Amino acid sequence: MREMKLQHYFWWLILLCTSLPARAALDIEITGAGEHQIPVAIVPFAGEEKLSQSISTVVSADLARSGLFRLVDPAGKAPHEPREVVYSDWAGVDALAIGNAEMQPNGRITVKFRLLDAVRQTELTGQAVSAKSDQIRAIAHRIADMIFEKLTGDAGVFSTRIVYVNRQGNNNRLVVADSDGYGEQTVLSANKPIMSPAWSPDGSHLAYVTFEQEHAVVYVQSLLTNQRVAVANFRGSNSAPAWSPDSRRLAIVLTRDGEAHVYLVRPDGSDLRQVTFSSGIDTEPSFSPDGQSLIFASDRGGSVQIYRMPIDGGEAERLTFEGGNNFSPRYSQDGKSLVFSNWNNGRFYIATEDFQTRQMQVLTDGGWEKKPSFSPNGKLILFATEVQGRGILATVSSDGRVKQKMFSQAGDIRDPMWGPFLKQ
Amino acid sequence: MKKLIISLLLVNLLAACASQQPKDMVGAGKGAADVDTSKSVKAAEPVAATSAANSTVTAPTPAAPVDPLNASNSILLKRSVYYPFDVSVVQDADKPIVEAHAKYLSEHANRKVRLEGNCDERGSDEYNLALGQRRADGVKKLLLVGGVKDSQVETVSYGEEKPKATGHDEASWAQNRRTDLNYNAW
Repeated sequence: MREMKLQHYFWWLILLCTSLPARAALDIEITGAGEHQIPVAIVPFAGEEKLSQSISTVVSADLARSGLFRLVDPAGKAPHEPREVVYSDWAGVDALAIGNAEMQPNGRITVKFRLLDAVRQTELTGQAVSAKSDQIRAIAHRIADMIFEKLTGDAGVFSTRIVYVNRQGNNNRLVVADSDGYGEQTVLSANKPIMSPAWSPDGSHLAYVTFEQEHAVVYVQSLLTNQRVAVANFRGSNSAPAWSPDSRRLAIVLTRDGEAHVYLVRPDGSDLRQVTFSSGIDTEPSFSPDGQSLIFASDRGGSVQIYRMPIDGGEAERLTFEGGNNFSPRYSQDGKSLVFSNWNNGRFYIATEDFQTRQMQVLTDGGWEKKPSFSPNGKLILFATEVQGRGILATVSSDGRVKQKMFSQAGDIRDPMWGPFLKQ
Repeated sequence: MKKLIISLLLVNLLAACASQQPKDMVGAGKGAADVDTSKSVKAAEPVAATSAANSTVTAPTPAAPVDPLNASNSILLKRSVYYPFDVSVVQDADKPIVEAHAKYLSEHANRKVRLEGNCDERGSDEYNLALGQRRADGVKKLLLVGGVKDSQVETVSYGEEKPKATGHDEASWAQNRRTDLNYNAW
């Protein structure tokens, strides 16, 4: 069981302060449902009507988006303490959350909440969460994470963040946002293309590619200080950064010696070394969780397919055989599977493959679906798709059952990547 | 099947803490210092724009000869070559264009060209960046075979990032699979 620590908020506050906030409105459309949806009731918390944002509403929306819960309407019943709960009122509900929110004299908000097992009539968990008054959504996401973990056994990802590129005409913004798309922060704004953002394993840095210098250059930028370093600015195209699990190396792709090949480099740009030497294009590397292997896309065999090779070189093993071309592979956090974008008969699909069975599973209905990445608990896959000519974010559960589209109001969304759990 | 729509409006959660422009570190890593063409080439001026109006002397200024690059009906006015899907070899139909530019550049050693490779969107952004580079490098090889000096040619790939046409159809894709010969990059 993952231990939730409130010190995590330290990271939050720093991350949230690294750049300008942006206003955005979005619609979230959910289709499908988990095999066994857990019926839960989130009772509006006492005192939350005085806050600028209803905590129970955000918690409910988080749980609903996962597809694993059925939100039962409290229908006016409003217990806030365990002694106020009449369990016979909650037939058909497995669990209910109750609580209260209080503004402290120092301006902070403290939310006390309890999760009750409505069948056994016991308390499952209870926590007090405290944060600055402008962090109400963060408090709600943390509560949703605790409920999710208690009821499903898996860590929740509602408090994690995502990164993507928002393109509007010539303007490109590198954006970090909450996993539900809210709380957008612009990390970089440029009138040249921005591509391929990649989270460092601790969530403190982003690697990305921009054309600010008229060709593709790889940068690493700190989200704490906003300082950045050009990691690779060689002749040709410098692209496709991926972090090693220990943050000490990046895999990048250079064309300085001809065809695109994978190289390893330290995040300060030193200690460059080439790792692939094929006669074709090798790109989009992703490290295995143990740091010992790389998977990447290559056209060395004619069509573009996914290959795997040891980090120190050696023979590459072809992993994908089905469908037309396969792009953008990423390892799952447990190292047991990979997710990628499958191009077949004029459409891109999101697909996974289990390393053991070598079975490819197509998870989506197809469209312009690119750049998948796993949520840090491995349960969801975030990717870019297109609706009526506009790029948007979408997720699919890793079993393919629950799908979600997030419609933002302005610009084309491209190149998303789900960030890590924030730990110290 | 359940379908539910949650529509919510995001409010400003935070006060501004920092600017959107990152601070570039001085002295990036060793590797980063390897090549920086942007500053040195900016000084070069296009030849056609020089030596016209600033002489106040009595001697007659010779009329600037027409740059064959811009002569009407010249094949040199064609500045793009096109490719089939996932192909990076210059097609026979377009070879005369590249050969004409090779001849021009070898006869005008002070001119430079930037070859800009582009792709359609049927691939990942990163694969297409590599494919666009392969296309531009392929044209460069032909120019060098035609007698052009390496220093006259720069290649860049835009992958699928700068499409000329934005439709998801072959008519658009065909326009986007190309290498542009750009003489105005500096």
